Amino acid sequence: MNEIFKEYEDKLTPKILEEVKENLPPKASKSVVKKILEAVYAEYLESRADPGESVGLVASESIGEQGTQMTLNTFHLAGVAEMNVTVGLPRIIEILDARKTIATPMMEVYLKSPFNKGKDIRKIAMQVKDTKLADVTDEFSINIRDMLVDVILDPKKIDDLGFTVAKVQKLIEKSLKDMNVKAKGNVVTIKLSGKDVGINDVYKLKEKIKNAHVAGVKGVTQVLPVRRKDEFVIITAGSNLKDVFGLEFVDITRTTSNDVLAVATFLGIEAARETIIREVLKVIESQGLNIDKRHIILVADLMCASGNVQGITRYGIIRDKASVLARASFETPIKHLITAALAGEEDLLTSVVENVMLNQAIPIGTGLPGLLSKPKKAK
Amino acid sequence: MIEDSGLPQHPHKKVRSIIFGILSPKMVKQMASAKVVTPELYDKEGYPVDGGLMDTRLGVIDPGLRCRTCGAKLKECPGHFGYIELARPAIHIHFVGLILTILKCSCRECGKVLIPNAQREKVKKKIEEMSTIESLEVRRKYIAETIKSLKTINKCPHCKSRQQKITLEKPSTFLEADKRISPIEIRTRLEKINDDDVEFFGFEPKKMRPEWLVLTVLTIPPVTMRPSITLESGERSEDDITHKLGDIVRINQRLFENINAGAPEIIIEDLWDLLQYHVTTFFNNEVPQLPPARHRSGQPLKTLSERIKSKEGRIRHNLAGKRTNFSARTVISPDPMISLNEVGVPMIIASKLTVPERVTDWNLEYLKKFIERGPKKYPGANYVVRPDGKKKKITDDMKEAIIEEMQPGYMVERHLMDGDIAIFNRQPSLHRMSMMCHKIKVLPGKTFRLNPTVCNPYNADFDGDEMNLHIPQTEEARAEAETLMMVQTQLISPGYGLSVIGCIQDAVSGNYVLTKLEKIPKEKAVDLLINAGIEDFSKLPNKDILSGNEVFSVLLPESLNFVGKTSERTELIIKNGKILTGHMDRNSLGESKGLLLRQIHKKFGAAFTADMIAKIQKLGVQSLKYAGFTTSVSDTDLPKIAQKKIQEVLDNSYLAVEELIEQYKRDELETFPGKSMEETLEIRILERLNKARNSCGEIVNEYCIRETGTIMMARSGARGKPLNLAQMAACVGQQAMRGGRIGKGYRDRTLSCFKADDFGPMARGFIRGGFKQGLKPAEFFFMGMTGRDSLMDTALRTPKSGYLYRRLANAMQDVKVEYDFTIRDANKKIIQFMYGEDGIDVSRSIAGKLDIKGIIADVVGEK
Repeated sequence: MNEIFKEYEDKLTPKILEEVKENLPPKASKSVVKKILEAVYAEYLESRADPGESVGLVASESIGEQGTQMTLNTFHLAGVAEMNVTVGLPRIIEILDARKTIATPMMEVYLKSPFNKGKDIRKIAMQVKDTKLADVTDEFSINIRDMLVDVILDPKKIDDLGFTVAKVQKLIEKSLKDMNVKAKGNVVTIKLSGKDVGINDVYKLKEKIKNAHVAGVKGVTQVLPVRRKDEFVIITAGSNLKDVFGLEFVDITRTTSNDVLAVATFLGIEAARETIIREVLKVIESQGLNIDKRHIILVADLMCASGNVQGITRYGIIRDKASVLARASFETPIKHLITAALAGEEDLLTSVVENVMLNQAIPIGTGLPGLLSKPKKAK
Repeated sequence: MIEDSGLPQHPHKKVRSIIFGILSPKMVKQMASAKVVTPELYDKEGYPVDGGLMDTRLGVIDPGLRCRTCGAKLKECPGHFGYIELARPAIHIHFVGLILTILKCSCRECGKVLIPNAQREKVKKKIEEMSTIESLEVRRKYIAETIKSLKTINKCPHCKSRQQKITLEKPSTFLEADKRISPIEIRTRLEKINDDDVEFFGFEPKKMRPEWLVLTVLTIPPVTMRPSITLESGERSEDDITHKLGDIVRINQRLFENINAGAPEIIIEDLWDLLQYHVTTFFNNEVPQLPPARHRSGQPLKTLSERIKSKEGRIRHNLAGKRTNFSARTVISPDPMISLNEVGVPMIIASKLTVPERVTDWNLEYLKKFIERGPKKYPGANYVVRPDGKKKKITDDMKEAIIEEMQPGYMVERHLMDGDIAIFNRQPSLHRMSMMCHKIKVLPGKTFRLNPTVCNPYNADFDGDEMNLHIPQTEEARAEAETLMMVQTQLISPGYGLSVIGCIQDAVSGNYVLTKLEKIPKEKAVDLLINAGIEDFSKLPNKDILSGNEVFSVLLPESLNFVGKTSERTELIIKNGKILTGHMDRNSLGESKGLLLRQIHKKFGAAFTADMIAKIQKLGVQSLKYAGFTTSVSDTDLPKIAQKKIQEVLDNSYLAVEELIEQYKRDELETFPGKSMEETLEIRILERLNKARNSCGEIVNEYCIRETGTIMMARSGARGKPLNLAQMAACVGQQAMRGGRIGKGYRDRTLSCFKADDFGPMARGFIRGGFKQGLKPAEFFFMGMTGRDSLMDTALRTPKSGYLYRRLANAMQDVKVEYDFTIRDANKKIIQFMYGEDGIDVSRSIAGKLDIKGIIADVVGEK
C-alpha cells in the first residue's frame, strides 16, 4: 500500500495524500487504491491554477470586495467579555500596513509544564503583568518643609509580589538618578538633591515615581489566565515578547503576539508570515465573511518575501516594484519619475499598468502566450 | 490569408522598454525644431508668429495649417519640441535636494568627493552592496553621513582647501557661509566634478552630468500638448502652460536686454530671481514656499507637475484609465423570463451600437439588406468601412451608391442583434464578476433587463441602479469574452469557491413552500413545470397526487447524489436525482451557501448549472403563483400565553438589571480584571438585556403560527432572520452604539426626559416593545441615534476600504502563475513555490478543497 502512495508523493501534496488515506474504504484492494489515487491526481491536475493566472489580482479582489462589507466598529469584546480587541476593517488595514505600533497589542503566553496546570495561575499571571509603583503603594505624600516624597507602601501587596521594602527601595533608586532614597518601615523616602528645589519639582517627582516600573513585564497592562484544553494560557493586553521570553516559566516555543513586526524581530520572518495569516483570518471569521485562505497566504508571502515585513504601502512593497510607471501610477508620481530620470532607469514593461498605459497586451492570462508559426510561402 | 484579403497591412509595433533620463543642454537643442525668441503668440491676422510659442514648427492646432517640421496636418502631426536660451541659468526645482547633497559632498575648489583616496574603495564597495536593495536617495544619504563621520567636511582631503558650510534656503537659494551662491557659480562647481565621482553618486556620467541639473536652456513642449481653445466670442484662450511659458520668455527677453544694456547689478539680480520664479512654477506650481502663479481670475495655474499628479492627473486619469466607444448606460430592471446569460437591450440602444461585420462572398447579399434598411429601420446598419479605412455614414441618399460599391473586404457596422456578445458591468467593479459577458436580446422599453439571479455578483438591485454595456469590436475580443467572461463561466467565486449565483427572493420561499408543504395533483404539477420551462416529464412519478419534492426532483439530474443540511439543521438527502428527505431552502439554493449548487456545477458543468438555476428560480416563482403567498401585519401575532411569557422574561431581566445597579451602588459588584466598576456594570447589563431579547426570540419562534408568509420567508432564508421576527413581534431590544449602551448626551442622562444618573434599561436605549406595538418617543430617539451611527459607519468605511483595495491591487497586479507553476512578480522574484501551498485554483475547488470523499465514493461506486 505504501508503495503506491510513495509513487504519488511527488505528484500530490502531503495534505491531499493524508486525506485520501483517511477516507479510504476499510477493505480497499491495491488496484482500488491505485484507481482512487489516479482519479485524485486527475482531479488535482484539473483543479490546478493555470500558468498566467493572475492570482495576485484575484487575491486583492477577494479581499477588497469583502472589505467593503466589514464593519468599522473598532472595538469588540473578545471571548469572555474582558478585553478590547481591534477588529474589522481597521485591524486588516493595520496588519497590511505593517504598522509599528498597533492599536491593541496582545500576547498569548504559554507556560512550561509544571506551571500550566492551573496551580497558582493568578500569581504567575501577576508576574507577567506590569506592576507600577502606584500599584503597590498606599499613599504618596509630599513633605514640603524638607522637600521629600514619602512613598507609603502597602505591605500586603508587596508580599504578594514576593518583594521586600528594601527591594522596592533599590528599584526606586535605580529608576531615579542621583536621588537620596531611604527606607524605613513601610515608608520609602526620596529626597531631592541639588539646590533650588521648588515645590513644582517635588510634585513632578511624585508624578514620575508613580509610574516607576516595579515588577512584571513592561507594557503588559492586563493579564487574563484562560483555560485551553488541559492547560492554562495567559492572555495579555500589551505586547512585549522580548521581556516575556526572559521569564523562566514561559514556553518560548508556543508564545505568540499579535504584533506582526514584534514577531518578525523576535521569532523570525516565517513566524511573522504565520502571524499575518492567523490575524487576518481571525478578523475575517469574526466578521462572518468568507475569503479563501490562499488569498491571505499570498498577501502574507508577498509582504514577507524580501525577508523583512513590508507593508502594502508606497514605502513598502510598492517602492520595490520593477516598473517606474507602475510605481508612478500609485502615489507620488513626480517623485518616482524624477528619481527614475536621475538614475537613468529602464522600464521593461513587464507588469500590468505600464502596458495599459501604452495600449499593449498585458503579460498576464491570455496576454501571456506568444504564438510561433511558420507561414507557408506563397507559390 | 491576410495578404489574400487585400486589406491594408498595418505594421505591428510593440514598445519593449522605456528609458528615463535627463536631457543635456546639447540634447535639448538637438531635438528642438525651433528656438523661441518672442513672447508674442499670433500676428494681426491671427497666424502664429515665427519664433513665438505657437510657432507652426512646433506642431499645429488649427485646422487647415500644416506643420512646418513634418508637413502633416492637425491630428496627424504629433508636435515637436522647441527651446529657449535662458539669459542666466536657473535651477530646476525638482533637483534642488540632489544639488544640495552634491555640493555638500564635493570640494568647492577641486570638485572632488570629500573622501580621502584611502577610504574611497571601502565606501564604494559598501555603496555597491547597498545599491541592490536601497534606493539612490539612501545611497546619497550614506555618502553624506560618511563624509560627516570622516570629519573631512571642513577641509578637502585632496587639495587641502577649506570648505564652507552650505545650506539651502528654500525653495531654491543656496547659501555658503550665509552668502548666496549664484546658479552660475553652482553650475561651474558641478562642472568640476569628474566622471569618476559622478559614478560614485550612483549616476552614469554619460547619461547624467550634474551640471545639467542647472538649466541653461529650457525645452518648450510642443503646441499639441498645450492647445488653445476658441471661446464662443471668438476669443482665444491659451493653455496654462502657454501662459507660463509666455511669462518665462518675456522675463528672459527683458533680462537679455538689461544685461546687454549694462544695467545695474540689482536690477539684473531682481530679474534673475523673477526668471527663477517663473521657471520654478513652470515645473511645479505648488512649491510650499512660493506663492502659486495665478490666472487673472485668481485661480492657480496648472503647470507640469499638477498635470501629472493625483487622481485627475495624466497618469491616473488618462493613462491608467481609458475611455471607450461602443458602450451604453441606462437603468436596469428585472426580467425573470430571460436566460441567465442574456441581457435585454432597448431597441434605441440596439440601433445605435454596432458590430462590425466583414463582407465576404458568402454574406454579401445578407449584409446588403442591412444597408438597405439604413440606420433608422431595425435591424439596419450605421456605417460602412472601406478597405482603406475610410468610414462612411449610411444615409437615405447614399444607400444605393454604397450598396453598389460593396464588395468583399468592406466592413459593415450593423445594429446589435439577438445573440451578439456584450460585456455588462456595474460599478463599483470590485470583482471580476462585476464585468460579465452576456448575449444580447433586443427588447422593447428603455431599460436594460437582466435575470434577477445575476443581481448578486453585480451587487445590483432595481431601485434605480444603472449599468454599462460594452460591445467588443474584434473577433478576438468576442471570442475571449465568450469563453472567459460568460456568466456561466463565472458561477464559482474565486474568492471562496462556492456558487455566487443562486435563487433569490420569491424563488427561495417558493421552492420552500413547494418542497415542504405542497401536495399537488398531477395535472397541476405538469402545468407548473411547463410554466417553469420544463418539457421532459419522464421523471415525474405516475401518481395522481404528487408531493412537492417529487415535482422539484424533476429538475435534478438523474445521477445526482447529495447529503447536506437545510437551514433548519435537518437532513437533506438526494439520491439518484430524487429528494428523499428534507426540503429546499436558501442553504441549498442560495448564493455563496451550501454545497448543492457547487456539486452540481462540478459534476454536470457550468452551462447545465446556469440553466438549472434559472429553471429552479422560475419553478419557485410559479409555485408561489399557484399556492398564493402574502405577508401581513397579523402574520407575527402571538397567542396570549406567548405575550405573557415575553413580558415575564422582560420583567425578570429588568429586575436583574436593577439588582446589578444596586450592587454597583453598594460597591459590591465583582469587577472583571482590568476593568473599572462602571465598565463591568455596563458589560453585565448589556449581557443580561441581550439574553432577554434572545429568549424573546425563542418564545416567538416557539409560539408563532408557522404557515404564514412572513414566518416562511424567514425560515426559508429568502428574506429576514428569526431575529427580525422577534423584533417585530416581541421586543426590538437594546440599541447599541460603539459597542455599548447609549451614552449620556446631556449631563448625567441620555435624554432630557430621564432622571439624572439613571442606569436602567429604559433610560439607556433598551426598546421594550416590538415594532408592531410601536415605539415610545424616547425609544424612537434612541433608534434614530443608532440609525445615524450606522449611516456614518457606512460613509466612513467606503473610502477606507476603497483605498485598501487600491493599494492591494497596485501591489499585487503583477503577481501571476509562471509556466513552472511558481508564483512570481514582475521582477521574476519568487513569492511562492506553489500557489496557496497546493497549487489549487480556488474557483476550481470546492470551497477551497478537493472533494476527495466524493472521488473515492465515485471510484468505489463504479465497481
